Amino acid sequence: MTPTLSIHNLTVDIPTRHGTLRPVQDVSYDIAQGEILGVVGESGAGKSMAGNAVIGLLNPPAHIASGEIHLNGTRIDHLQGDDMRRLRGKHIGMVFQDPLTSLNPLLKIGDQLTETMLAHLDISQSDARKRAIAALEEVGIPGAAQRVDSYPHQFSGGMRQRVVIALALCAEPSLIIADEPTTALDVSVQAQIIALLKRLCRDRGTAVMLITHDMGVIAEAADRVAVMYAGQLAELGPVRDVLTVPLHPYTDGLMGSTPLASRGKARLHQIPGAMPRLDTLPDGCAFHPRCPRAQADCTRNPGPTLADAQGRAACFHPLLREDVA
Amino acid sequence: MLAYIIQRIGQSALVLLIVGLVAFSMFRFVGDPIDNMLGQERTQEDIDRLRGQLGLDQPFVMQYVKFLGGAVQGNFGVSYRQGRPVSEILLERAPATLELAAVSGFLAISIGIGLGVFTAIRRNGITANVIMSASLIGVSLPTFLIGILLIYLFSVELGWLPSFGRGETVKIGNWSTGFLTETGLKALILPSITLGLYQMTLIMRLVRSEMLEVLRQDYIRFARARGLRERAVNFRHALKNTLVPVITVTGLQLGSIIAFAIITETVFQWPGVGLLFINAIQFVDIPVMAAYLMLISVMFVGINLIVDLLYFAIDPRLRVDRTGGH
Repeated sequence: MTPTLSIHNLTVDIPTRHGTLRPVQDVSYDIAQGEILGVVGESGAGKSMAGNAVIGLLNPPAHIASGEIHLNGTRIDHLQGDDMRRLRGKHIGMVFQDPLTSLNPLLKIGDQLTETMLAHLDISQSDARKRAIAALEEVGIPGAAQRVDSYPHQFSGGMRQRVVIALALCAEPSLIIADEPTTALDVSVQAQIIALLKRLCRDRGTAVMLITHDMGVIAEAADRVAVMYAGQLAELGPVRDVLTVPLHPYTDGLMGSTPLASRGKARLHQIPGAMPRLDTLPDGCAFHPRCPRAQADCTRNPGPTLADAQGRAACFHPLLREDVA
Repeated sequence: MLAYIIQRIGQSALVLLIVGLVAFSMFRFVGDPIDNMLGQERTQEDIDRLRGQLGLDQPFVMQYVKFLGGAVQGNFGVSYRQGRPVSEILLERAPATLELAAVSGFLAISIGIGLGVFTAIRRNGITANVIMSASLIGVSLPTFLIGILLIYLFSVELGWLPSFGRGETVKIGNWSTGFLTETGLKALILPSITLGLYQMTLIMRLVRSEMLEVLRQDYIRFARARGLRERAVNFRHALKNTLVPVITVTGLQLGSIIAFAIITETVFQWPGVGLLFINAIQFVDIPVMAAYLMLISVMFVGINLIVDLLYFAIDPRLRVDRTGGH
């Protein structure tokens, strides 16, 4: 079966006066229908940039330099202008980080829903309104029939994120890109939003690219996980495997620096140093200056690929299963 | 809402009272109207008698109170120079100024917003940059100079448009309009451009910078991500948010269009209230000056009130939250 989204060797370039930056480098992954792929990494690892490339919202001068993106088997990375616009919302929905700023404060949420549906679906104004109310009910807005005429400021943050999800899903896209959908929310609301996203996408068979830096969210929601570092894929695999037995030292470091109740009062692990700037990437493996397992050959070019560690981790010297107790 | 409006009207009335008081305290320094009103052959007796008749021997506060007493009944006194009721003179002159201000304001707002949006959307285009550079001329050149330049070009050199006056007017009731005759319309062109150019460039630059700010907002990105047409994103989503801060400045600018019509009316000998005021100052025609100043302040205060109410119409966050709850 064709995957809903297929990214193949995607590279994004930002030409600057001081040379070309490469925030996304040679990244490949698929997302199957109904699957949730978690994309994790530090700020600047290129996870959002890859999402923006898929939906065609890269801010110039950033652009796709090479690689291919296929949506349901159709190539979409070269689409321009109105062709790309028709795809957005209709086939790819997007959820942003901050629900307080994602909604236009001057328009009723019902109008924002209907305008989205009318832009993509051949339905009448009154049908659109009915569907808007149904969409709000589906995301769990109480009294949807009345609240459809409310303005965004009349909702709380969690409710607004529900509205944003309703907006992203209202034209029934086959792929949702959720860019840090819970980061700006209260912890108590985060789980609800993740559960909602999970339920809606499972019901409709929508594929989800869940971009986050929160390992807890990944563990909770994702089927598979892609770990990104300095614009490249560090590790890609089923969530259970990657989180419990990471092969890449970076994933291992990330897991070690995530607070877990089971670990008791032990000190949290730190990965020494910081992610390199895009204009000063080291030779070979981008992680080797910070890597506890680095050896002389880690600087050899070209750097490691997923094929170097059981097709899962881009590392010359992956952690062996027995190393990870 | 109603309480708010009443409160604002109360504030406005207070502002008007203070403006009047300041105006009256200044009139004493403009000159002595008696000098102009009596001829060379005057005795001290004549002067004292006239001064008593006009109430000019009283302190300015008393004069002001007397003026206010008349004003609330619609009686602004009699012009010293023309010997006719001031209200009659003002009504006669007001249409000319209001028509000029309306056309200038319309030009300033429509072209200003239009060009502002254009230069914001095409911010890297050549045309947009040319417009931005040209707009500096509008912001920096003084009004009278623009007027004189326009007269030189279009009246003297090309001979296309008249350099002074209103052309023929048509009377509709008490209102004389220049909109209905060809010469009237032609006569409007140069003065209204002169008067509105500064405001137009100001509004344009303001709209541009506000719009650029709005276009960076998350909800614009989200609107794009939902696949809305570029037109809907720019106008339905971006422009509406742009207009909220623009309205304040625009409102104040409309007030100053009426107030600064004085300069344009002088350059073009436009028979409006501004020119009337200039003539009144030369003659120390206190009733005319007082009525004019009050008229201008009423307009300023009124426009401000309308601007504040417009906020409520455009921005739902300011309205009383009746649905409430979460």
